[in-house]
Amino acid sequence: MLTIENLHANVADKPILKGLSLSINAGEIHAIMGPNGAGKSTLSYVLGGRPGYEVTEGSATFDGQDLLDMDPHERAAAGLFLGFQYPVEIPGVSNVQFLRESLNAQRKARGQEPLSGGDFLKLAREKAGLLKMDMDMLKRPVNVGFSGGEKKRNEMVQMGILDPKLAILDETDSGLDIDALRTVGDGINAIMRRPDKAVLLITHYQRLLDYVQPDFVHVLAAGRIVKSGGPELALELEREGYAEIAA
Amino acid sequence: MTISALPSRRDEAWRYSDIDAVTAAWPLPAPESIIVPAGGDFKRAIVQDAGEIRQIELVLGKGATASLHVLNIGGAYGRIELAVTLHEGADFNLGAAQIGGGEQNLEIVTTVTHAEPGATSRQVVRSVLGGTATGTYLGKVAVARDAQQTDSEQDVKAMLLDRSATANAKPELEIFADDVKCAHGCAIGELDAMALYYLQSRGLPPGEAKKLMLQAFVAGVFDGAEDEEQLQALALAKLGELV
Repeated sequence: MLTIENLHANVADKPILKGLSLSINAGEIHAIMGPNGAGKSTLSYVLGGRPGYEVTEGSATFDGQDLLDMDPHERAAAGLFLGFQYPVEIPGVSNVQFLRESLNAQRKARGQEPLSGGDFLKLAREKAGLLKMDMDMLKRPVNVGFSGGEKKRNEMVQMGILDPKLAILDETDSGLDIDALRTVGDGINAIMRRPDKAVLLITHYQRLLDYVQPDFVHVLAAGRIVKSGGPELALELEREGYAEIAA
Repeated sequence: MTISALPSRRDEAWRYSDIDAVTAAWPLPAPESIIVPAGGDFKRAIVQDAGEIRQIELVLGKGATASLHVLNIGGAYGRIELAVTLHEGADFNLGAAQIGGGEQNLEIVTTVTHAEPGATSRQVVRSVLGGTATGTYLGKVAVARDAQQTDSEQDVKAMLLDRSATANAKPELEIFADDVKCAHGCAIGELDAMALYYLQSRGLPPGEAKKLMLQAFVAGVFDGAEDEEQLQALALAKLGELV
């Protein structure tokens, strides 16, 4: 589904990713772990097409298409979802309106009919329920006045509504208390653990992986993947620390 | 405000104006005069979409209320000028948006005089400017010597879509009383790049993402207008032309 080969990327002319390769197939959940500054968030933004993240070498192919050649909204329509580490507050723009317009823009790009207001609300209610989020919060301006945990929950509701093929979740577990972590973990499993979908979880800690069992774990250090393994690698990292493994 | 001589850029109230357009329109017809009697209530929506100079003199009698909603969007040069006089306990409310692109020059110029005690005025002005357009708000609040308990507010914001656009904003206070509340705030900025990226990452094309944020930016100025929906629709259509 996603093939990254020898990816190099700069942020403000500073090289951050230095030859990263990774292959993710449908039905798989991958976790990327690594110390601060390793390039985890840069990887998610490069794949999500954030302006200012400049690819200098290598390729990323998503479902046979050149991902790096697509604009952010085209990547979304192709089935990519980026869960933000710091979801953005947008005063005045209601969640519901924003999501309905986004979903319908994606559907239009795929040649599908737009979803009616009623059908959209039904869908939104179902996904909000899955993440135990109050419908009233969905009607409020995007993330404005939300706690850290509520913002992350909102990201997962958005993911449920937009129904992507591939979700890249950048530290979705940070800022969550134990109960919210379980809810979000259950949400990821319910929405994304399917034979035709895949997930790339970016995290510092083992915690989230207790709820969302990865098939593969990778260690990212200094802009490259330095070690890959099964779920046991995450436990090893937790025990030994990054310094030992990444060295 | 009746001016007999052709103004020049040396006149503060015409400093940013398109003097050629003013000259062509000179002499201006007498300002429209609206008098709201004591206890009366007045509402008006003004859509400037043809490139005119509109001058209105509004007098609110004791305890009268008036609510004006202005959408300034049309023509190469469009100017809306309001001279408002408030008598005791009157309440004046202005919600205005000016949206311009290309080489448009749009202006809203207000003078709100609190002539007597206890009157309130509130002005909310939002400008959205692209291309090499210029948008100007000059707003003077004048409080007479015995107009105690005046409560006035000016809330002025402009959004520049291109670095080549210009916003001028000058809230101005002239206060002779000593027990008044006169709030004024002014901000000029650009759309938040991270917010735009966030919206696009969910599938909105760049133009739609900008339109959504701009809609939120001007939303609210038409609250309570009689033809609120029509004003919103006109504003949205104009925003759609700019993004």
